[in-house]
Amino acid sequence: MVDTTSHTFTGPHGPKPRKAFSRRNIFLYGTLLVVTLYYALPLYIMIVTSLKGMPEIRMGNIFAPPLEVTFEPWVKAWSQACTGLTCDGLSTGFWNSVRITIPSVILSIIIASVNGYALANWKFKGANVFFTILIFGAFIPYQVMLYPIVIMLREIGLYGSLTGLVIVHTVFGMPILTLLFRNYFSSLPEELFKAARVDGAGFWGIYFRIMVPMSLPIFTVAMILQVTGIWNDFLFGVVYTGPESYPMTVSLNNIVNSSQGVKEYNVNMAATILTGLVPLTIYFVSGKLFVRGIAAGAVKG
Amino acid sequence: MASTRPNQLFRNKSAKIAAIPMIVTALFVFVGGTAWTIVYSFTGSGLLPRLKWVGLDQYERLWDTRKWMISIENLAIYGFSMLILVFVIGFILAALLDQKIRFENTIRTVILYPYALSFVVTGLVWQWILNPEFGVQNIVRGWGWETFTFDPLYNAEIAIFGILIAGLWQGSGLVMVLMLAGLRGIDQDVWKAARVDGIPSWKTYLFIVIPMMRPVFITTLVLVVTGIVKIYDLIVAQTGGGPGIATEVPAKYVYDMMFQANNLGQAFAASTMMLVTVALVVIPWAFLEFGGSKNRG
Repeated sequence: MVDTTSHTFTGPHGPKPRKAFSRRNIFLYGTLLVVTLYYALPLYIMIVTSLKGMPEIRMGNIFAPPLEVTFEPWVKAWSQACTGLTCDGLSTGFWNSVRITIPSVILSIIIASVNGYALANWKFKGANVFFTILIFGAFIPYQVMLYPIVIMLREIGLYGSLTGLVIVHTVFGMPILTLLFRNYFSSLPEELFKAARVDGAGFWGIYFRIMVPMSLPIFTVAMILQVTGIWNDFLFGVVYTGPESYPMTVSLNNIVNSSQGVKEYNVNMAATILTGLVPLTIYFVSGKLFVRGIAAGAVKG
Repeated sequence: MASTRPNQLFRNKSAKIAAIPMIVTALFVFVGGTAWTIVYSFTGSGLLPRLKWVGLDQYERLWDTRKWMISIENLAIYGFSMLILVFVIGFILAALLDQKIRFENTIRTVILYPYALSFVVTGLVWQWILNPEFGVQNIVRGWGWETFTFDPLYNAEIAIFGILIAGLWQGSGLVMVLMLAGLRGIDQDVWKAARVDGIPSWKTYLFIVIPMMRPVFITTLVLVVTGIVKIYDLIVAQTGGGPGIATEVPAKYVYDMMFQANNLGQAFAASTMMLVTVALVVIPWAFLEFGGSKNRG
């Protein structure tokens, strides 16, 4: 179809442009400013609280910037905070989370990308049936499958271990990642695939030499999606690991909500930021790719 | 086409091998696991699962338990409030951002960052902000309003709304982003035509744009609803189900029964009820979305 609309004019949606300080602009930017401040406020409060000493917190106001900046709460949160049983802070949880997240992300992306590739380019009979089940599986509440997986992991001797949790993350990451990769590979020009076939490349040859090099953006999107998702997981961590291998989110909850001792709000907030730091860094660095990852959940298959 | 080539069975062997993890996951975990849980919800399993049939006893007991009734009530209150507010807020924010404004990226980044955080982090931050001794209540009192009371997390009557505040803070960015994508997908000619006809913009949104965005609304609805039913971490971190059992939710009921009360039968019955809830939303959606076009990839 020929584009008949004017392609030089890309004006705003509303009526024609107005003065900078029109009532509309004051209202619009005013509202957005208030909203933005509201969303930013909790992060600000976390940071401010974590930099204050306890006496200052007790007398002061949570919005006030610290009079005397102290990093002691951060040190304490990292290495000394108590969870009720032990007092070695969040560091153990952090390293557990690292040891869970890295293999889970790699494994789930390898499996899902090969899977998506098979579904996009090498359709076999019945493939779509399994794919449909997989996609519907994404909607099943995890609680329904918690116990059967406990039994399966116990049967193969991995219940309570980090390896077991890695498998669980790989399994539950599969629906969304497979969808993501399948849709991406389907959108690549088919001629490439056909040309490679004519040249005698096989399943793995095409995958490694054509599909993977052409799909680096989608691999990045998948990585962002998985790192944040797995890092932020709480339920699987608490169900499938034991106290010595709890991920960071679980240790954080245990530190903050342990009923013993005096509540040290500054340490709690330092621990909270520390836990949020990895996904936040990824989010702020990745920008648009993060948005693309979450939008992938919304595109229909 | 691939099917006209010879030795197709042999050639597709690699694809079939590559699909084994998917097939195992789909069949054993998703179908098998779900079926297993449903079957065992009709048994008297306690500490360990065993096939002692008790018919619908678990379900009768479930609906006689106060904690479950409160869980359901909380989920309903939280769910409906969340659903309405998250859509209203998400859509209005998206519409505001769609006015060709400056700093769009910055504003979007700030509104969406809570979504990158763990529910545990969200829960703990809001636990701190809503703490009556130090948080919002204390500050407003400091301004001179001595009787001001705002302690949702310590008042059983309104505790669930304390959770709602945190849930909205974390979830509205997602809806905004999806709505914004929907708004950007609307043909600009629609706006021009509405303007030529002299229709005010709020009317254009309400009667023309929103109906055109139906697919986006439906997918967002499905995402939001499945997220609501799964709510667990936020509660554990923010209130632990308290005060008392005021903020219990079904997902927490399942966990408590499964791993603390050693009452597996109850846990399975409760999780089956959660499954039914999700199915009531997802199945009609699937029919709407895919019903007419079964043969499309």
